[in-house]
Amino acid sequence: MIFSLAIWILALPLMMFLFLGLAGHKLKPATAGILGTAGLGVVALLSYTVAAVYFFGPSREGGLQPEVLFSFDWLHFTDQLQVKLGFLLDPISAMMLVVVSTVSFAVHLYSNGYMHGERGFQRFYAFLSLFTFSMMGLVVATNIFQMYIFWELVGVSSYLLIGFYYEKPSAILASKKAFIVTRFADLGFLIGILVLSYYAQTFDFITLTSLEGPVIGHPVGATFLGVSVLTWALVLIFMGGAGKSAMFPLHIWLPDAMEGPTPVSALIHAATMVVAGVYLVARLFPVYVLAAPDALMVVAYTGGFTALFAAVIACTQNDIKRVLAFSTMSQLGYMMLALGVSGYGGHDGLGFMASMFHLFTHAMFKALLFLGAGAIIHAVHSNFMTDMGGLRKHLPITHITFLLACLAIAGIPPLSGFFSKDEILVAAFHSNKLLFFVAYAVSGITAFYMFRLYYNIFWGVRREYPHPPHEAPLSMSLPLMILAAATIFAGFIPFAQLVTSDGQPFEIHTEWVVAVPAVLIGLTGILVATLMYKSEKTLPDRVAAFFGPLYRWASRKFYFDELYMFITKRILFNKVSSPVAWFDRHIVDGFMNLLAYLAQRSSFLIRGLQSGHIQGYVFVFVLGAVLLSAYMLLFVTL
Amino acid sequence: MNVLSLFVLVPVLTIVAMVLVRNAAQVRVTAAVGSVLQFILSVGLVLFYLAERRAGNMDEMILVHDTVWYAPLNIHYTVGVDGVSVAMILLTAIVVMAGVFASWKLEPLTREFFVSLILLATGVFGFFISIDLFTMFLFYELAVIPMYLLIGIWGSGPKEYSAMKLTLMLMGGSALLLVGILAIYFSSGNGLGQSMNILELSKMHIPLEAQRWIFPLTFLGFGVLGALFPFHTWSPDGHASAPTAVSMLHAGVLMKLGGYGCFRVAIFLMPEGAHELAWIFLILTGVSVVYGAFGAIVQKDLKYINAYSSVSHCGLVLFALLMLNQTAMNGAILQMISHGLMTALFFALIGMIYGRTHTRNIYEMGGLMKVIPFLSVCYVIAGLASLGLPGLSGFVAEMTIFFGAFQHADTFHRVLTIAACCSIVITAVYILRVVGTLLYGSVRNPHFAEFKDASWFERSSTLILITAIAGIGLFPLWLSSMIGDSLAPVVSRLISLL
Repeated sequence: MIFSLAIWILALPLMMFLFLGLAGHKLKPATAGILGTAGLGVVALLSYTVAAVYFFGPSREGGLQPEVLFSFDWLHFTDQLQVKLGFLLDPISAMMLVVVSTVSFAVHLYSNGYMHGERGFQRFYAFLSLFTFSMMGLVVATNIFQMYIFWELVGVSSYLLIGFYYEKPSAILASKKAFIVTRFADLGFLIGILVLSYYAQTFDFITLTSLEGPVIGHPVGATFLGVSVLTWALVLIFMGGAGKSAMFPLHIWLPDAMEGPTPVSALIHAATMVVAGVYLVARLFPVYVLAAPDALMVVAYTGGFTALFAAVIACTQNDIKRVLAFSTMSQLGYMMLALGVSGYGGHDGLGFMASMFHLFTHAMFKALLFLGAGAIIHAVHSNFMTDMGGLRKHLPITHITFLLACLAIAGIPPLSGFFSKDEILVAAFHSNKLLFFVAYAVSGITAFYMFRLYYNIFWGVRREYPHPPHEAPLSMSLPLMILAAATIFAGFIPFAQLVTSDGQPFEIHTEWVVAVPAVLIGLTGILVATLMYKSEKTLPDRVAAFFGPLYRWASRKFYFDELYMFITKRILFNKVSSPVAWFDRHIVDGFMNLLAYLAQRSSFLIRGLQSGHIQGYVFVFVLGAVLLSAYMLLFVTL
Repeated sequence: MNVLSLFVLVPVLTIVAMVLVRNAAQVRVTAAVGSVLQFILSVGLVLFYLAERRAGNMDEMILVHDTVWYAPLNIHYTVGVDGVSVAMILLTAIVVMAGVFASWKLEPLTREFFVSLILLATGVFGFFISIDLFTMFLFYELAVIPMYLLIGIWGSGPKEYSAMKLTLMLMGGSALLLVGILAIYFSSGNGLGQSMNILELSKMHIPLEAQRWIFPLTFLGFGVLGALFPFHTWSPDGHASAPTAVSMLHAGVLMKLGGYGCFRVAIFLMPEGAHELAWIFLILTGVSVVYGAFGAIVQKDLKYINAYSSVSHCGLVLFALLMLNQTAMNGAILQMISHGLMTALFFALIGMIYGRTHTRNIYEMGGLMKVIPFLSVCYVIAGLASLGLPGLSGFVAEMTIFFGAFQHADTFHRVLTIAACCSIVITAVYILRVVGTLLYGSVRNPHFAEFKDASWFERSSTLILITAIAGIGLFPLWLSSMIGDSLAPVVSRLISLL
């Protein structure tokens, strides 16, 4: 039964993509929207059923074991390395099915209102379906190569959706940048897979992560530059994950990706695709933690640094979507950090559980924030908080839901963010004090910039708007309410019973030493933001002036865009590609032309001999005959 | 009569019919009928081949047929196919069919054009079915010569120069080949029972000293056609000047003669020589892969971009062949097919776009997505295939190559493999640059707004190719196993010899 349900989770979005892609332009926009939304509704129901059967079904005895629902041969490389496409159900994939389908459904519903009247409305739904299909395929991948396949497909869906407004130059540039940066990261992923599969002789996740398997049970002794090849492989694979999850220094595409339509930002660049990197590390977690702890350290510190780095930048941005983008980066860093400090099995695997928990809650409240931002942008026709203020009267539903999400991300109980963040802090507390303090600092800064955003939008100066802002239609406010409900209640899901590193449930208990200061730090952040931004004051400017160069650097995102531009434009384009093209035209081809020229010259030199003048020929003939006779007479004795 | 000979006979009859019919419209229809017939034959051949294998026919080549042509010089007409040649025949049939539709409205001298085009196709089909070195060489020349006329007469820009350059460089390659083929003949069988038959030759032993110089000769001879660095410069100029269908056939099929020849003659017959000297050519092909991609980044002319991209992709074919293991070689054949299809699609689309805008400079165009959406979407699909998107053929081929190449554990191969992998990023850069500049953005030129989107024959041409690209990309297993099974004996012979 579960098999026949599961296949539709993949097949339905694919069919929807093909249908809307090929025949969409013949449909009315509204029909396409309703069709897409209904299809996704079915997918969501199927996903919930499959997840529920998996988590609460009869086969729970002895922990949750991974199950392969179906799998078929797709391509054979060698006798051992065979690519299969299939459907793997285990705690994290079941959880992700719920996340992806929920957010995707909310976004499909929301887009009916938000994208209303846009050119290419049907195309938009086709791409959303393509993305959902690819993301589902990634989540349920039975092997690392299947994951890579769908990894690339979500990349291209993201490219298509960021560049949805293809007449807008900034959108074209942003989509190109997103694709190329993640492609570069995927190169690392690919090489990592090559190395890993060469030594493990398998792509299969179950074999790879099995404790007696070829990787963990009998690790290879080979090293490269003094580091085991397995560590290399896993660091390279993490590079792929870092690209998708916008970890420093491969983060530069994410803020620009906000050029895409806002529902896309909510779905792809906040809740689902960007967590693929976290999911990848979680998927291979036993390998990281048991066979390559050094690689896991890289994950932890990359995550910790990114969390802090992005949070600092978020305090200085004025585009509300960019603030949210940096916030996403920061929270993804949090999840990576949690994985990085985790151990394996039972309560040692707390970090793993916390990371997945935070992934889940974050998906809900961050999607809510983005969709809320969309409603605000829809109302005031601007992305900049400098154009906003006092909107709480105009947009009551958006205001309340946005506030809930802000409180959740700031870690205020009893909202979901508090619980998941608390588990991360506890995990860090027991394993790495430095990262623990980083996490504390980030949580304070997060509360601050989120409420800076909140006050600037909904409080602050009362503006006169050219068109009075109005609350969004029901198709847009309904998803906000659904996600707000999830934001409130998701924290009570007993994750430690369901999603754990080894499939065995364990008990958690609140550690007040960690939780109380965390809430206080969050409240402090909110308080500072309230003082600075609730009503219009000059304080923010003075604070900015106080931090001087640091503020400027942070507001320019520490000049990483410029650095990348320098590398791509100045070095790759001007210093490598142009010389290569010149060399090819002038040296390589020049040599060929030289050969042709020489052949031509030499034929010019001797062509005079064949002049067509009989006298000349006779003269040469007679001369030759005479010379030959003379030679014969003089030197050859007959 | 042998079934395989039909593959030569049908195009020849098509040519005869085209000469006899009355007007240009009838010529077109005849060409289309001929090429569709040829396509049906090819599909039939594939099905027959697969059925034969399933029925347990384990011969290395099937449908082998041998006719003595000129006994005193031991010249035979010998044909036969294995999985590799069957796949190449199918590719050729698809590209020829798409090429005929793409040049539907070509003028002037329609009749002469189609006759030359089908003549070229005849050569290519003949090349792929023959397993006798002499027959093979004959068909090879038959395919190369019409190219001169096709570019010289129907080309654009400095067409005489390009046609001359292309023909001379390829002839230079043929000269090396001819010497190589004669040398193979005379060094086979220890002076007794000499043969030109590839199957027989592969069971004889060519002395290693002879292989040491014949292998580079033949590999280079075919390599020129396969755009091996530094003998690739005929390709940018040649493609830029060639008319649409000729670019399609040339990059799509004719360049594959080079890769196929390297496999069937150089490596198949001289495995020890290949093993010993592969490193030199591996370096050259590795350079081709990266160098071609970098070269493509700065080009402004659509055809130049594609020509350099072909240098990169075809470099990957030869690179993978030289890895000398089953997976990589399988990838090489897949890459030939995949590149053949997608580059044909690219050139078809470039021709169609040029037919409207009368420029190929990407900076003079822009916003085409809005005015000719069908062609633009096709262009995006071709681009995605080229940068290796899963679900399209390029991904399957490249991944097979990378995983095959990575089976070599020594540093030399590893470094080259990783360098080759890097090309996928560079490819993404130049593809997205073109897509962004050409198709997206605002419409650059006001009269672009009057463009009509693809006509029925343009749609047929592109859809044929896209279907094939997606078909292979989504369901690669049958093709990959068909090729792989045929490579297995070759590879085991390679291993046993070493």
